[in-house]
Amino acid sequence: MTEQSTGIKSITSGKTLTVFLDGDIDHHNARMIRSKIDTKIYIQRPDELILDLSRVCFMDSSGLGLILGRYTKAVELGIVFKVVNPTPQIRKILDLAGTERLIKIEQYQ
Amino acid sequence: MSKNTLINQTKIVFPSYSANEAFARSAAASFVSQMNPTYDELSDIKCAVSEAVTNAIVHAYRDVLGDVTLIMKMYDNRLFYAEIRDRGCGIPDVEEAMRPLFTTDPENERSGMGFTIIDNFMDSLKVTSAVNKGTKIVITKKLSLLPIQK
Repeated sequence: MTEQSTGIKSITSGKTLTVFLDGDIDHHNARMIRSKIDTKIYIQRPDELILDLSRVCFMDSSGLGLILGRYTKAVELGIVFKVVNPTPQIRKILDLAGTERLIKIEQYQ
Repeated sequence: MSKNTLINQTKIVFPSYSANEAFARSAAASFVSQMNPTYDELSDIKCAVSEAVTNAIVHAYRDVLGDVTLIMKMYDNRLFYAEIRDRGCGIPDVEEAMRPLFTTDPENERSGMGFTIIDNFMDSLKVTSAVNKGTKIVITKKLSLLPIQK
């Protein structure tokens, strides 16, 4: 099932929810993105949540807060969480915060 | 730095609307593009300016609206200089604020990594602040030399 209506594209395959973030993730739009992802989580109740970052053009520490916040929520709800395809710019920020100690990060492309 | 010649400068003043975070970093990207930065240098500068401006909007003017000033300069030795100023609440303990993961706003999912990112992406970072007067952040980055044109 593919859904685009919210502006954030996601694909559900079995009990896995993959959310494709795109554009800029900064303080201005992090709140909106957060609420859209959380709505999907609460409606779909997946076993696994994947954030695909391949289409993100820009991200700063607000995006980091968003990723860490979704990780916390996933842990709370017993959902397996991972981040895939960070761009080199995002990878630098994730590495700086030592994100990989908590979160699985995979590169498919 | 004073020995080097200033080749361009700009000053932008904008209200602390969060929509201006994207405007400020785009302005920084446009300005620094004149210096032919590498893709990484451009990304680092955009991110650092975004962090500093976000700090002013989120923390300095937490419940009020105020002006944020962004001053940018470039020098003939390929030094990029930026100053981000606000007249907001100020930071009582700058050292504490700059510590990785320190945040006064965890409920809004602030990661507390803003200053750490700026510090890492820039060559220098200087923060001066006075409570109820405001904060000034000065960042610099020396861009790599241009490849020799054939």
